[in-house]
Amino acid sequence: MSESWPTIHFIVNGKACAVQAPPMKRLLDVLREDLRLTGTKEGCGEGECGSCSVRMNGELVNSCLVPVLQVGGSDVQTVEGLAMSGKLHPLQQAFLNSGGAQCGICTPGMLMAAAQLIDQNPHPNMAQIREGLAGNLCRCTGFMRIFESVLAATTHTPDPAPEESQHAR
Amino acid sequence: MNLTTKNRIVGSSAPRKEGADKLLGRARYIDDIQREGMWFGSTVRSTIPRGLIRSIGFDRRINWSEITVVTAADIPGENHIQLIFADQPCLADGQVNHCDEAILLIAHPDKHKLRDAINAVHIEYETLPPIFTIEESERQDQIVWGKDNLIKSFLLEKGDVNSVWESAAHIVEGEYRTGAQEHLYIENNGIIAEWSAENGVTVWGSLQCPYYVHKTLIKVFDLPDDKVRVIQTETGGAFGGKEDYPSTLASHAALLAMKSRHVVKMVYDRMEDLAATTKRHPSRTRHRTALDKDGKLLAMEIDLATDGGAYATLSSTVLSRATLHAPGPYSCPNVRISAKSWATNNVPYGAFRGFGAPQTIFALERHMDEIACALGIDPLELRRRNFLHIGDTTATEQLMREPLIMDQLLERALKESDYHARRARFARENHTSAVKRGIGIACFYHGSGFTGSGERILNSLAGVDVSPEGKVRVLVSNTEFGQGTNTVLTQIAAEAIGIDYDDITMATADTGLVPNSGPTVASRTVMVVGRLIERAGLQLIATLREQAGLGNKFTREEFFAACERLRADKGEVVALVRYEAPPGIFWDDDKYRGEAYPSYAWSVHIAQVAVDTVTFQAEVEEFWAVQEVGRVLNPVLATGQIEGGIAQGIGYALYEKVVMQNGHMANNQMTNYIIPTAEDVPPIHVFFEEIPFKHGGYGAKGIGELPHDGPAPAIVNAIKDATGVSFHSIPLLPEDLFAQMAARESAEAGDPGNWPSSTGWKESIAL
Amino acid sequence: MRGNAEAHQLIAPGSLPAVLDVLASAPGEWTLIAGGTEVMVAFAAGRLGARKLVNLWGIPDLRFIKTTSNSFVIGACTTFLDLRAHADLAAELPLIARCARWIGSIANQSRATIGGNLANGSPAADSSPALLVYDAEIELVSNRGSRRIPYSEFHIGYKQNAMAADELLYAIHLPRRFANHRQYLRKVGTRRAMAISKVALAATALLKNSAVGEIRLAAASLAPYPKRLLKTETALLAQPINKERILDASRALRAEAQPIDDIRSTAAYRKHVAANLLREFLLELSAEAPLR
Repeated sequence: MSESWPTIHFIVNGKACAVQAPPMKRLLDVLREDLRLTGTKEGCGEGECGSCSVRMNGELVNSCLVPVLQVGGSDVQTVEGLAMSGKLHPLQQAFLNSGGAQCGICTPGMLMAAAQLIDQNPHPNMAQIREGLAGNLCRCTGFMRIFESVLAATTHTPDPAPEESQHAR
Repeated sequence: MNLTTKNRIVGSSAPRKEGADKLLGRARYIDDIQREGMWFGSTVRSTIPRGLIRSIGFDRRINWSEITVVTAADIPGENHIQLIFADQPCLADGQVNHCDEAILLIAHPDKHKLRDAINAVHIEYETLPPIFTIEESERQDQIVWGKDNLIKSFLLEKGDVNSVWESAAHIVEGEYRTGAQEHLYIENNGIIAEWSAENGVTVWGSLQCPYYVHKTLIKVFDLPDDKVRVIQTETGGAFGGKEDYPSTLASHAALLAMKSRHVVKMVYDRMEDLAATTKRHPSRTRHRTALDKDGKLLAMEIDLATDGGAYATLSSTVLSRATLHAPGPYSCPNVRISAKSWATNNVPYGAFRGFGAPQTIFALERHMDEIACALGIDPLELRRRNFLHIGDTTATEQLMREPLIMDQLLERALKESDYHARRARFARENHTSAVKRGIGIACFYHGSGFTGSGERILNSLAGVDVSPEGKVRVLVSNTEFGQGTNTVLTQIAAEAIGIDYDDITMATADTGLVPNSGPTVASRTVMVVGRLIERAGLQLIATLREQAGLGNKFTREEFFAACERLRADKGEVVALVRYEAPPGIFWDDDKYRGEAYPSYAWSVHIAQVAVDTVTFQAEVEEFWAVQEVGRVLNPVLATGQIEGGIAQGIGYALYEKVVMQNGHMANNQMTNYIIPTAEDVPPIHVFFEEIPFKHGGYGAKGIGELPHDGPAPAIVNAIKDATGVSFHSIPLLPEDLFAQMAARESAEAGDPGNWPSSTGWKESIAL
Repeated sequence: MRGNAEAHQLIAPGSLPAVLDVLASAPGEWTLIAGGTEVMVAFAAGRLGARKLVNLWGIPDLRFIKTTSNSFVIGACTTFLDLRAHADLAAELPLIARCARWIGSIANQSRATIGGNLANGSPAADSSPALLVYDAEIELVSNRGSRRIPYSEFHIGYKQNAMAADELLYAIHLPRRFANHRQYLRKVGTRRAMAISKVALAATALLKNSAVGEIRLAAASLAPYPKRLLKTETALLAQPINKERILDASRALRAEAQPIDDIRSTAAYRKHVAANLLREFLLELSAEAPLR
């Protein structure tokens, strides 16, 4: 019956994609299964934890709540699209310097929410940062290092982001 | 070890070793992994809390020939999870003892077919009367575990409490309760399993203790050690919730792999993870305390009970730590603690950050404030008069040999929080404000590492090796799940060996590859295993100097060249070391006497809380934590641990309630199990004091669990300060505050529905 | 994740007339989905009984905010972020932007629609109290034409509304009559963000010669569906605001409210706190306090 599924065309991280899937398939599952972009995570399946957050047409959305049929013609950004040609995005660099990621599972969604926030407001204050990240639950950090990371990424003009760290395992 | 040397890398905030992968979305958690020909597994669970299984029916609308079904009968070895007691079955066999207990497993290549299949299994039960509370278990009308429902009991005695009741100037009693708490790691439990007749069982997954899982799998499958392999994948949070539970899930996935002859992935969704996996033990603590006229402690009699749920899991060790933390950082000549863990038909409780200490520290630090109030003494002064100092003995008669600076920690906390000025301001402002503010403290310790002879029994082995490609690897079975294991252990190795942080990696936590350096629990990793890595690094350098011509000073190239000379000679380049107990550790497990822990971290928490009398909501507005933790090996990571633990402690006190209905978690969705969001957490101020512990890795003590012990009592003490109302139980939700405060309001005003005058009336205003 | 995407049909007719044709062709058989913040949660929990779904997301005719001389007209598929961003709406009818800010998180606000919030009909719906005290009207359309009903007549029972099987909620009309009213809206949830309402109170009022000239009160979670607190309003109408009248109004609210115990809260708490919120509003009113 997969022949009867529509083919949905959309852009992910600047690249054109065509996915044939049942129209109710969640964007989250299309990203992770069809496109093998596993950076976006599932934490709750009910739009509460934000670990599935992506940016769609310039807005932050929980991809677990978006049926793929609604994604046609859209421009989607995931965490894999943040870094720019091998260099960490300033937010990513700030998270690394300030300890904004511990277990890392909330981190992709958190980065998407932070990126969206600073896109709308390049110099957010603490109240705005808290509001911008309120939909992203973190169980490890207590949020302090995350706030510091966002402030660090936005209160000074960063140097060009260094080469992505060789510290990985 | 020279504790005063300035180090190159230890003590600095080296960037998280696996940080870039996590930030780039490249880190691979278990559900990110796909395998060719992989099937998916799920579980049929009990819908009743206690009863006999009379029949299992399979609805014919499903094509069962496509589906692999596993029952207890398929288990090749023992149908038990190996932990402390072997009482918990891997799969229920004829009887269930809690809701959501696993009965059957099913697997299919299409994961979308699983839900219909689960719904097509019809189980008929003969129900038995369940029990759900400590009190019901104590009454023993229903015996649901062993001969008498009693999973474990301890009796700790110092001096003779009965000698002082008659003569004491003051006796104060109190009862305190804590509820269950869910870990809510953002990554649910998950395992991928593979089985073959030649290689045995291999599992990958989200877990804390690969060797714990190994220990269960060899028994469930009746396989020799080398035919079971357990590999940890990137783990998205654990907090103790992945200490023992993965042994169950790994067994399930491996059984399905064995029967289906396919690789099987089992990843829980949130609803299942919340309902079926372990949570923090609920507790009830009764205090009876005798003091002299100056408020010095004469006797502490403590009756402690926990709800263990349907199977023992880790209830006895949780009870042990609860017992040993119950008397707090105070010197008291006579102590008697009677502790019991009772079985019920709740979903089994298990390890959770703090492991019994948050429960009894809540009780104690609330009780200290109640004592202060009863005696008319300032709560700070009461504590100062009773703090332990070097040379004092604890309730287990452990002599405090290391410097103990509770007084200084308290002074620093008071200063950093501007405690007195704030308190005075609130006292003035509360009269005319609908929002009442208060400030409360908690003073406590957390014992680092396993209790007593635990580390000797673990007998950890750890080390480092060097690959021909020029990578130095840390070989441990300890795992990273956000707390910084990878970073700190590689920092230690780099420091000890004398090479760059970037040249050290962690070997995968794979039982086929790394020695058993013990579980990643009990705040032991940096202190105990870190010390092993430190010794291993020094041993490697000594060997290279003695046997491979390495000079006293060397460059990176010279180091690796010497390694290759050693490899040519010996065939490998490795240094493994075994745990050595610090001298003078004596522990009597029967009498509960001696050196309970090799070291203690000490802390003072201060919470400023605002209680809105319109909505009865309590919020933490600001929080200060001062702690002495030995040497801080990575300031950013250590601060992050304290902040994260405090956030969980705030949730434990004010937001997180496990709502059980007939033994099933009714609020098993993130919408309804409430943790603080970015808008709820207060600013948290963290201050470290350091007294290096000479037997810990580069002087470190444990810190992971310490911060979860203090927030709840500090917060509830602050609520009392704000409102004048004493609460003895957490979680303390607005509905609970309302129940007591509104009743008090009415009583004060003398007219139900009237409003107390302190809230300020405005007369009508002419326009 | 307990939903099976293959078990549901989702079509996208792409325009309002095409959607209305589908509804007309098989009244009651099709379920509408806009931002998906309710439907997709039920889907993932394995509780989505609806097998046939029609997509409203992306239809421009449904997502708009129009300003006329005497009203704001809001298309049903307007998101809560859209509502927050509209400057004139925020200035004259600030309770709309305020309740929009409370819907979940930014990621929910970018997808949740006001029409979806009303059609879902939860007694805890975030936008309902404000719409009730602003005298909102609902415009319903079908192939048979369009009609307008007061929003106060839209909900008729627990998760039941007055729409016919072939009708679609098209727009919400808000009269531009409340700029000079005192306005109040407070939600009490389980935490500061991402919280379902335990209770909420909305109010608009106009004082006239030191008495209440007009008053509208509406609450969340005090009844099986969102409705005005008419009896409580009656206790206040034409009265001055003083201690006795505030007590009367509190008693009237407690008598009128029908909250329940549920997994989030208790009836006793909801009732008592609702009365506290009312008192808070009335105190502000009497003090001519600035709008919150």
